[in-house]
Amino acid sequence: MSTSTTSRPADGLRDEDTTVSAAAPGAAARKLGGVAGWVDDRTGSAKGVGYLMKKVFPDHWSFMLGEIAMYSMIICLLTGAFLTFWFVPSAGHTIYEGSYVPLRGVSMSEAYASTLNISFEVRGGLLIRQIHHWAALMFVVALTVHMFRVFFTGAFRKPREINWVIGSVLALLAIVEGFAGYSLPDDLLSGTGIRAMQGFVQTAPVIGSYLSWGIFGGAFPGEMIIPRLYSAHVLLIPALLIGLFSAHIILVAMQKHTQFPGPGRTNDNVVGFPVMPVYAAKAGGFFFIVFGVIVLISGLVGINSVWVYGPYDPSPVTAGSQPDWYMGFADGALRLLPGWLEFSFLGVTLSLNIALGALVLLPLVYTVLGVYPFVEAWLTKDKREHHLLQRPRNAPTRTALGMAAITIYSIFMFAAGNDIIAIKFGMSINDITVMFRWGLFLLPPLVFWVTKRICLSLQRRDRDTVLHGRETGTILRSPAGGFSERHEEISAQDRWTMVEHEPVATLELGESVDSNGVAAPDSKTLARRQKLSRFYYGDAVNPVTPAELDQAHHDHHGEAETDAIEGGRH
Amino acid sequence: MNEQDSTEFGATAVRLDQGHIEGHGGIPERFANPGLPAHTPRMADLSDAGAKRAERQVVALFTLSILGTVAFLASYFLIGLDRTIFIPGIGEMGASNAALGVSMALTLLGIGFGAVHWAKTLMPDEEVVEMRHPLRSSDEARQAVVTTLTDGGEASQITRRPMIKYTLGGALGLMALPVIVPVVGGLAPWRSPAEELSLTFWDGGESTGGHAPTFKAMRLMRDPQNTPIKAEDVTIGSVFHVMPEGLLPDLETGEGGAKHQLEEKAKAAVLLMRLNPDDIKSQKERDWGYQGIVAYSKICTHVGCPVGLYEQQTHHLLCPCHQSTFDVTDDCKVIFGPAKRALPQLPITVDAEGYLVSKAPFAEPIGPSFWERD
Repeated sequence: MSTSTTSRPADGLRDEDTTVSAAAPGAAARKLGGVAGWVDDRTGSAKGVGYLMKKVFPDHWSFMLGEIAMYSMIICLLTGAFLTFWFVPSAGHTIYEGSYVPLRGVSMSEAYASTLNISFEVRGGLLIRQIHHWAALMFVVALTVHMFRVFFTGAFRKPREINWVIGSVLALLAIVEGFAGYSLPDDLLSGTGIRAMQGFVQTAPVIGSYLSWGIFGGAFPGEMIIPRLYSAHVLLIPALLIGLFSAHIILVAMQKHTQFPGPGRTNDNVVGFPVMPVYAAKAGGFFFIVFGVIVLISGLVGINSVWVYGPYDPSPVTAGSQPDWYMGFADGALRLLPGWLEFSFLGVTLSLNIALGALVLLPLVYTVLGVYPFVEAWLTKDKREHHLLQRPRNAPTRTALGMAAITIYSIFMFAAGNDIIAIKFGMSINDITVMFRWGLFLLPPLVFWVTKRICLSLQRRDRDTVLHGRETGTILRSPAGGFSERHEEISAQDRWTMVEHEPVATLELGESVDSNGVAAPDSKTLARRQKLSRFYYGDAVNPVTPAELDQAHHDHHGEAETDAIEGGRH
Repeated sequence: MNEQDSTEFGATAVRLDQGHIEGHGGIPERFANPGLPAHTPRMADLSDAGAKRAERQVVALFTLSILGTVAFLASYFLIGLDRTIFIPGIGEMGASNAALGVSMALTLLGIGFGAVHWAKTLMPDEEVVEMRHPLRSSDEARQAVVTTLTDGGEASQITRRPMIKYTLGGALGLMALPVIVPVVGGLAPWRSPAEELSLTFWDGGESTGGHAPTFKAMRLMRDPQNTPIKAEDVTIGSVFHVMPEGLLPDLETGEGGAKHQLEEKAKAAVLLMRLNPDDIKSQKERDWGYQGIVAYSKICTHVGCPVGLYEQQTHHLLCPCHQSTFDVTDDCKVIFGPAKRALPQLPITVDAEGYLVSKAPFAEPIGPSFWERD
């Protein structure tokens, strides 16, 4: 691709760019205009629709992560509606008489019997069930990775803090919705999940037993939990999900999408493609691709084969009982918390070994997520609007914090598979659990440090590339016998991505005591602030300035951008 | 943007240890944005043949989708639900599900890839620039909202007549009660669940309702056969899943048994094991057992999963949910994992006919902890 271009304003149009001109409408346009006119006469929506159709979206593969989440959610809604036609949300007892021979004559709940019916008698029912489950898994995966993208590029900064909070709530709702969903078939595995959930609730301080009785309508399992989870799963949570999701999308449209920095892209423009026709085709087509891939997986790879587990019964259990992956971190936390966290005093029992992992962790994770933008804004004192994303290396501390957080999350998640790891690798489950416990304290700081060093190194390399050019691999031999490698200066276009970010500096304070030795009134707060600012910006590597580049050129006078190998790098 | 831009952190801030060099005449402080790169034409832009080829590819993909739909309909009507198919690398599976899934995937992917390919090859690929506008409204507009609100408040006289304000606030606040009370009141248990949580079927019968029945010795019944167990049937190393007599229905007729069967099972499940009496470390365990036969609650004291895995060699019980490990030779105390309390032991003996029976109910509540369990 040619990168040579004439210099022109970043947001200017190219010479050959044409502005849309009002041409005489053709026959098709007249026809469409007729229908559109009829609607517009009654709604006045032409202006708004016209604006939306011309709306420009920037292109980047990572912007499709949120799209995958959105489409997976829509697929769940479509397939979920199908499933409600046959699923019977009842714990009422029945004797199975369906076509799956091994379970014939077995006493089970109507929920389980109807799930078997969907799987074995309804044509295409198993496919829809599997699409529903796979799409739900995909939904949570996609929204999680989407969240990573937003976090690591700083897309949550002003003015998008509200949308970040909405997104955090959506993420929490998604996993609650998932849990409610996979608990419905009332097979042995899902029932074991509900059993554990009842255990969590029961250990809540003070009100645990009442809470459990309230949720289950009496003793576990009772007959109320399936219908209640059902109304939460098909009505309550979907309504919240759709409402918040709509707000999420409307805010994206109102605030316009962020874009990655690059030549021609500024904080004041959006460079990309309009909805009509490009994004309509690309995003619309992408829905079908996501749907198609999920359907393909669902056709070929079985998931949650409930007939294998048998109906729920509180006394048997299957080995390797695992929740769906997104509940793994909470389950893993429960496996790591030591038993000594349960205390008995004054005639009461406080089970922190359970309450911390099951009742505190989930809201805590999402609260920490939700408040992060505000903490960072307070720390950096940055109150400006940001529409240009940051490359993760250019925010080393944030990137490192994010990676440390992901490390904690991952340790919890892998801990939920400690039994599987023990079996697959022939290791002692006790050793693995102890390792995870240690890892929980040792790994996050290590990952923080390593990530930060990698970011800073990448920034330094960017500086190096800008100052000394690209290594060409061409070795020159001088008349005196020395060897050197030819470096080629990079183009202004390529350079821009490496120098566009803002230089930063730590917050510097004046004297905290005046000349009379009297401390400034808020000196403590300020000192704390400065400490945080140093933590955040302390090691910053700032972009090359034109003056530095100019000086670098002077240093190489006559050498024409070559670096002596023996001489090392500057 | 506002004027904070350049002052907040000092756009000029540069670190001295980064080879900072004072700027001198004519050199700007920052690099200038070089502008959009030149457009690179695609094959379809350059030649009619290229465009034609792209068109054919798109048409082929859409046609593939149509064929997928035909295949889906054929599979739907022609493939029986009982047919299976072997797919190399994946295994044996239902033919209907596989055929419907693959054909529907073709339908969808044909449309998807067709549309995207169309967009990428034939639709304009020159970037368009749209300007952003500050999100905030103008100061006048903001002021106008404030004025409208305050004027409205004035006009309603709410500021001048505070009693209206207070009573309205009170009324709106209390309005939540008719909504919340029926929900909470309907869901909440109206008596303490603690009693019922502390009872099991071993206490003498149905525990639901929370009224302690009078204790009677109950035979230990195999689950699910519902047959009593003779002491000599329990060999060293064997393990039995046990329910109290009267809980399970008759295996043949399905009649009888506890009224709230699952609820009773969730508390009454017991594991019966026989150890060499010399291996047992606790005198209490020996006393509550019978010649090395011991019965323990199967419900984990962590979050209530059934403790399903018994290691005969080590006499360890492992819960498959969160890996709490209990030592059967030592009062089923926790030796590893997140549980705190030992599994409660059921005191047993034999009756006149030599069948194992309970000697007393559990001495403490079984299963997960709760606040008022002591």
